Amino acid sequence: MSKRVLLIEDEPNIIEAISFILSRAGWDVVTHSNGHDAIEAVQNRQPDVVILDVMLPGRSGYEILTDLRAQDETASLPVLMLTARGQTKDREMAERVGASLFMTKPFSNGEVLDAVNQLVGA
Amino acid sequence: MARDSLVGSRIRERRVMNGIRQAELATQAEISASYLNLIEHNKRRIGGKLLVNIAAALGVEPSVLSEGAEAALIATLREAAASSGKTEVELDRVDEFAGRFPGWAEVLADQYKQVQSLERTVQSLTDRLAHDPHLATSMHELLTMVTAIRSTAGILHENDQIEPEWQGRFHRNLNEDSLRLAESAQTLVTYLDGQDETATKGSSPQEELDAFSKENNYHFPALETASGWPEDLVKGASTLTTVAARDMAKRVLDAYQHDAKRLPRPAFLEAINQIGLKPDLLAQRFDVSLSTILRRCAAMPDDALPMPVGLVVCDGSGALLFRRQLRGFSLPRFSAACAKWPLFKALSQPMQPVRGIVEMAGHDADQFECLAIADRISAVSFEKTPLYNAYMLILPRLDKVEDPRLVGSTCRICPRAKCEGRNMPSILTQGI
Repeated sequence: MSKRVLLIEDEPNIIEAISFILSRAGWDVVTHSNGHDAIEAVQNRQPDVVILDVMLPGRSGYEILTDLRAQDETASLPVLMLTARGQTKDREMAERVGASLFMTKPFSNGEVLDAVNQLVGA
Repeated sequence: MARDSLVGSRIRERRVMNGIRQAELATQAEISASYLNLIEHNKRRIGGKLLVNIAAALGVEPSVLSEGAEAALIATLREAAASSGKTEVELDRVDEFAGRFPGWAEVLADQYKQVQSLERTVQSLTDRLAHDPHLATSMHELLTMVTAIRSTAGILHENDQIEPEWQGRFHRNLNEDSLRLAESAQTLVTYLDGQDETATKGSSPQEELDAFSKENNYHFPALETASGWPEDLVKGASTLTTVAARDMAKRVLDAYQHDAKRLPRPAFLEAINQIGLKPDLLAQRFDVSLSTILRRCAAMPDDALPMPVGLVVCDGSGALLFRRQLRGFSLPRFSAACAKWPLFKALSQPMQPVRGIVEMAGHDADQFECLAIADRISAVSFEKTPLYNAYMLILPRLDKVEDPRLVGSTCRICPRAKCEGRNMPSILTQGI
C-alpha cells in the first residue's frame, strides 16, 4: 500500500505541482489549504508524512506544528516545513517547534521528493 | 549625598576660581579658617547670614552657592552612568561633578542624549528592514510565485510523456503565475523607489544641501539677475535645518553668484547655442577658467541646455562637496566615490583638462562623457602649496564606444567583481 502525504499549503498552483510530482512517484497525496483546521485534517487523514507551509491563512505553520508535537499520536510524525524566508531565525524557529526537515522556497521538485522519501526512510 | 549639602564645594570652587586664600575669605566672613575649611568640605551646614556674607565676599549671588545643578541634568548623568555599564563611576559624587563642572556635565548629558537618539534611529531602521510588513509580504509573494513557476516548469521539462490535459493545465498555471510574478515584482520596485524618495530627505548636512539644490532645480534666478543674496536664499530655505548645511549652501551660492556675474545667463546660453556644450571652447570664448564653465553649465536649468547634465565637485581629499545628479550616473550617498572616475584623475594632475568616456555599472550600463579639471581654490603663492578642488561635468553619451572606462558608484554597491580599485567587498550578490 502506498504511503500517504498530507500537503498543507495555500497556493493552488504549488499544491497542483507538488501533488503531481508526488503522485507520479507513487505517493497517495491529500491536500489541505488553510491553518484553522489543519490539526483536524492531520487527525482525519492519518498521513505518514506532512508537508507544512509556514505562512497559512488562519494559523501559522509554527503554531500548528507546536500543537501536533504536544499530542501523543502526532508527537513523532515526520513533518517537512516550507518557508519563503531562508533566515537563520526561521530555521531556528522551525527546529525549536520540532520540524523534522526544513526547506526554503523556491525548491526543486527533486528536493521535495527526496525530502519526503528520506522522512519515511524509503 | 543631598544636593544642599554641597554648598561647601561650591564655595571652595568659587574661592579658588577668584584666587582668594582660605584664611582671607574666613577673615572677610568673620569666621575662623578651620571652620571655613570644614564648611568647604561639606562637613558643616551653612545658611543664613554667613552664606550671604561669603557670597558677598566672593562676589556672587547667594543662590549660586545654595542652589545646586539642575535635577534633570543629574538624572541624565545617572542614566548615562547606568547605561555605560562601568562599575567604577563615582555615582555618589554626581552632584559634586555637576556642581563643580556644570559645563562639562552638560556636554556629557547632551552627548548621552544624542547617542540615545541615534541608537533609536538605528534600531528603527533595522526594524524597518527586518520587520517591514510590506517588504516581507512582497518578498513572500515573489518567492511563492517563483516556487510555483519553478515546480511547474520542472514538471513540464522533466516529463516527456505527460497527458495533454495535464500539460494544458500546467501551461495555464505557468502563464498565471508568471503574470502574478511580474505584478509582484512591479509592486516591490515601486515600493523600493518610494523608500528611496523618503530616504533622500535625510538629515546629514550634505543630504540637506543636495535636497536644497535639487528642489531649486540647481538654478537660482535671484542670483542670475543680482536681485537677491546668498544669505537670504539660505535663510529662507526650510530644507536647510542645520548650521553646517546652511554654511555649505552659502559657499555653493557664493560661488554661483560670482560665476553668474562673470558669465551672465543670456550670453552663456547664446554661446552654447552657437558652439554646443563644449566647455573648452566656451572657456576660450569667454576667457574664463574651465572650472567656471563646468560649474556654470551645471547651474542652468535642464530645459535650457541641449542635453541634461550632471556635476560633481570634490576637494583635495576626494570628499564630494557638490553633486548634481544625472539620470543613470549613480552618485554615492554616504561613502567614498569610485576611484576610477575621471574626477580623481583630474585631481592627480591639477590644471590639466581630463576627458573620459565611462560606463556606469548597473542594469542599463549607460555611458557618459566626463569632462574634468582640478582648479586652484587658494591664492597663488610661492610660500604655500595651493589647494585644489576638482570639477567633473557629466554628459550623457548616446553613441556608445567599444572600450569605455568601467566605473561604478561606490565599492559597497558596485557589482564589478574584478576591479583593481576595489576597497571593500560589495553587498551585491548575483540575482536577488
